[in-house]
Order: sequence, then C-alpha cells, then structure tokens
Amino acid sequence: MDKMEDYIEIAGEKFKSRLFIGTARYPNVQVMLNAIEASGAEIVTVAIRRIKPQTETENILELLSKKWKLLPNTAGCFTAKEAVITARLAREILGTNWIKLEVIGDEETLYPDVEQLVQAAKELVNEGFVVLPYCNDDPVVCKKLEKIGCAAVMPLGAPIGSGMGILNPYNIRIIKQNSKVPIIVDAGVGTASDVCIAMELGCDGVLVNTAIAQAKDPVKMAKAIKLAVEAGRFAYFAGRIPKKLFATPSTTMGDKIEIS
Amino acid sequence: MKVGIIGAGIIGLSIGWYLSKEGIDVTIFEKNEAGKGATWASAGMLAARSEIEPGEEYLLQLLIDSKNLWPSFAEELIQESKIDIGYRKEGTILIALDYDDASKLKSHYNYLKKIGIDVEILSSEKILEIEPFLNPNLIMGLYSKEDHQVDNRLVALALKEAFIKSGGILKERAEVKKVVITNDEIEGIIAKDEFYKFDFVVLSAGAWSPLIEGIPKHVIPPVRPVKGQALSIQMDPSNPIIKHVIWGPEAYLVPKNDGRLVVGATVEEVGFDNNITVSAVYSLLKACWEMVPSISEFPIKEIWSGFRPGSRDDAPILGPTRIKGLIMATGHHRNGILLAPITAKGITEFIVKGVLPSYIKRFTLDRFNTSWNEYKS
Repeated sequence: MDKMEDYIEIAGEKFKSRLFIGTARYPNVQVMLNAIEASGAEIVTVAIRRIKPQTETENILELLSKKWKLLPNTAGCFTAKEAVITARLAREILGTNWIKLEVIGDEETLYPDVEQLVQAAKELVNEGFVVLPYCNDDPVVCKKLEKIGCAAVMPLGAPIGSGMGILNPYNIRIIKQNSKVPIIVDAGVGTASDVCIAMELGCDGVLVNTAIAQAKDPVKMAKAIKLAVEAGRFAYFAGRIPKKLFATPSTTMGDKIEIS
Repeated sequence: MKVGIIGAGIIGLSIGWYLSKEGIDVTIFEKNEAGKGATWASAGMLAARSEIEPGEEYLLQLLIDSKNLWPSFAEELIQESKIDIGYRKEGTILIALDYDDASKLKSHYNYLKKIGIDVEILSSEKILEIEPFLNPNLIMGLYSKEDHQVDNRLVALALKEAFIKSGGILKERAEVKKVVITNDEIEGIIAKDEFYKFDFVVLSAGAWSPLIEGIPKHVIPPVRPVKGQALSIQMDPSNPIIKHVIWGPEAYLVPKNDGRLVVGATVEEVGFDNNITVSAVYSLLKACWEMVPSISEFPIKEIWSGFRPGSRDDAPILGPTRIKGLIMATGHHRNGILLAPITAKGITEFIVKGVLPSYIKRFTLDRFNTSWNEYKS
C-alpha cells in the first residue's frame, strides 16, 4: 500500500485521514482543539442542537471551522421529523449539505430507531443531502441505507460512550463486504486497539469521541488512535495469517545452521 | 490613583472591596444590578478538589490556594458587612447510583490520588448513615472534606455592602459603552454618556467581557457564554433532608441555610439564549429524584439560567494586558465564586505594588498568543 494514495472518498470528496472526531465531553475547548490537532483528523462532528451559532463572542463552531470540515449531526433527535428539521437547520447555519444522521430510539442504550432512521434518510437524500447515518451493526439495515443513497454508512461498534469496543466483528465484516459505500465504525471505541480492530476488518474509517474526550490525557489518546488507524489500515492491506490450533515453527529444520 | 471596574459580579466586587480597603479611589460600573449575573445563578460551591478534570491540572493550585483563602475572606466579609454568608463546611459527597457510575467514580478516585488530592471512599452504608434520604440503592461514594460551600447570593449582598462601607462607589444600571484607549494606554471609560478618567480599568464583566467596545481586537479576551440552567427546591430549613453537597452522575445538590436545595446545572453552548428549556428542567428533576426519591412532594422554589464566562481553557484570564492600565479579571467559568479571593488579592497586589504575583503569571491573556491565536482572525 502506498500511503500517499490511500484516502477515503465520500460523495466525491477525498480525505487523507480516516479518523473522524466528535466534539463533546472534553475537559475544555483548548484540550479539544489540541486533541483534534493531534489526531490528524480532517472532519469533526458537531451536535447542532447543542451548539447555536452566535458571532458576538468567541464560539466553538467558529474555532473549529477555521481548521476542520464540520460534519453536523442530529444527536438528541428521537423522531424522523425532528432529525430532518435539524439537518435543514444545520445546512442553513453551517452552509453544508453533509449530515451525520442520528435518530435515537432508546435513552438507556442510545440505540438507533431504525424505522425512523430509514425514513429520515430517504427524505434527506431526496432533498440533496450527503447523508451519513449512524445505525445498528445490522447488515440488512446497512444495505438498505446504502440503497437509499446514503454517501457512507456508520454502524456502531458498541453503544455510544460505552467504550466496549467492536462487539460484533463478524457483522462489521459482512457489512463491509456487502457495501459499495464507505463503512465508518461509529461509537463504542474505548481505546486504540478497538480502532485497530475496526480498521483490520476493512472498515474505511472510524469515528471517535468519548474514548478521546474522557481519557486521562485526551491529547495522548488522540495521537494513539491516529496511529491505531494507520496500523490497522496497514495490517488490513498486509493480510493477517490464518488462525491455527497448533504451533508452526518459524524456523524449520532446513533453515538451521549446523554447529559442530 | 483612580480605578474603574467594569462589572459588579463577585469578581468585580471583590477586587473593588480589596482596592478600596487599600485607600484607592474605586468606581464599579454595572449594567444591571450588582451580583445578579453568573454570581446569582451559581450554586456557591467551593469545590476545588472533587470537580477537577484530567487535563486541567494547571488550574488546580490556583483553585486550592483560593479555597485556602476563603475562610479568612469570609470572616472579614461577615465582619465588615454584618451579613452571614452561609459558609458551610460539611464537605462534598460524590455518589454512584449504579455500577457504571461506580467504576467511573473509582477511576476518578485513582486520578485524584495520583495528583495528590485527598478524598475518602465511602461505603453505601456509611453514606446512608450521614445522608439517610439518599437513594438506598446507591453503590458507593467519595467524600471530599475540604470542598465547602457558601450562599453565593448572600456573598454578593455582603460584598456590595462591604465595598460601599469601605468608601467605594457603585454605579448600578450604568452600562459601560466604551473603553477609551490612546496610544496603547487606558484613558478611562464612557458610561451613561459621561467620560470617567481612570489610571486602571479592570475588565470583570464575565461572559459579557468581550463585548465592551473600544478594546483592540488582539486584547479582546477569548471568553464565551456557557449557559447553565438550575433550579431550587424548598426544604424545611429547620429540618433539611440533605445536609452535604451531593454530586450525582447527572446533577449536583447544594443545600442552603434557608432550606433551598439548589439542583444544577446544565452546560450549554447556545450563546446568550436565556430560555428555560423542557429538557433541562426534566433532566435536573429526574437526576434529583433519582438521588433523593423523597423529594417528590417538595415545592419547587425557583428555576433560572445564567452564563458562565468560559475561557478557551476554562482557566481565568487575569492581570495586565498589552494596553497599559487595562487589567483582565474574567473567564472564571464555573470557578468564579471559588476564585474570588485569590483574584481580588492578586489584582490588588498588582495595582498597588506594580508587580504581578507569581500565582497569577501563567493566567494572563498572553497565554493565548500562541499558535491558537490564528483562530481569532
């Protein structure tokens, strides 16, 4: 793999970094900016319901948008209708037709409401949005979202903020193999190795928020996760050896140097 | 020497009081009423220890130093104002209501230990012994003995009283329209269409600090409003069901001497939008009820919102600027009450002696003149 040529392409736009960063729950704004910088990410997500634009004082949207592409999300929406309205609002405020679509169905697990999600995705694609839906790690749903016309699909590794890692690597692999659009694992990452696994499975990218924001040292964790994305990507291209039950000596009899 | 202060929150009032005690001629300008902004909206916690988060260790020493100044600050304030400010020393208990909370609290405990902060692990039995009305299903908790509290609203009243008694002039409903600067040196301010000449102007206007006209762009403090919504529930003052400051996973509870239980607070990046929202009230009440099930039938006393002056790194912006005579005392974020004594002490020392105290040095505006400054075009 020539690293220079490896990029992720979403809706015709190319990005060198396969890491997407969420902007919630950092100790403070400066730590967040430093962490994003260290992660090498080019795209950051912002919750449009949580951040309102206002230009009189310093504001987070302005700070972020000077350096990174903003991907607004519909976090906190529970119905398709609400998500669609939020996406339109985001387009108006930020001047982007990209939207990370989230429609939550359950407050405890924050699992998506698939029915509402598919409905909102259809509407938004029809309105010309570049839709990146956050969804369950369900191959059927992921395929459906792709067919609707979503620009990428973002299956969860584990519930948001849980840090449990990739709970169903088999499904993630099936989703990736079936898909013609980028698959970006969203949610559930706890540390760098989780990211590595997602990338080794062949995923096109990973979105990380809590694992970095709530780490003891967010900037260090951002750096670690950046390296993990690269390591996992290399390993995916290099190809892992099959798992076997018994040992195979790495030095065979024929390779041995005889000492008499 | 004449000093003008913009903003009569706890920071402006404390600095004014300290300067005035030194015999300096001080005028404070307040666009509304003294102490009715973030100072009024806060919960009055002096939680230097339990609130600290990873990545904010640089702030810890200032918080602890200021906390250590609080008892004598309080004593003097009570003496001069004759107002009891509700200083309470029961301490703060952080509680875990389920096993996810507990593992988070234990991780927080390890972090606090690592940076040398003394907190104690409490069993659920022990906690329920001290606070029998907390949810009996709670798993465990941490106790921070030194995290005290004051009644922030009484502090504001007392400071106003002490400031005026010491000879200071307080102008309320006198919005500063402009700071007048010539050749990078302060001349004075314009308020109510009148020019006031000052040798020093202290900017302590909280979240509104960056909006004062006349300050050159490179000296505008990177401060933004961080909205908080909170509410209070009326307990029986002679028999309150909560006595300690309680930190739960979703909200904190702060009992006041008059029986109010302050429940706070949301953290929102919505500019100066001061609406009370459904989700804030719902989540605060839900969090409170989960911690104290018996609270259900108590009357809600008040619901309010306020704006913390959030700086980019959550630390205050203190001391001189590149404009001679213009001094910053803003950006205290959620630590304004706690940091009032050390801010007043440090700024007064600087104005009186002309030397910037070491504990303030790292918190000047200049720290933002790094690569991040490109963000402020």
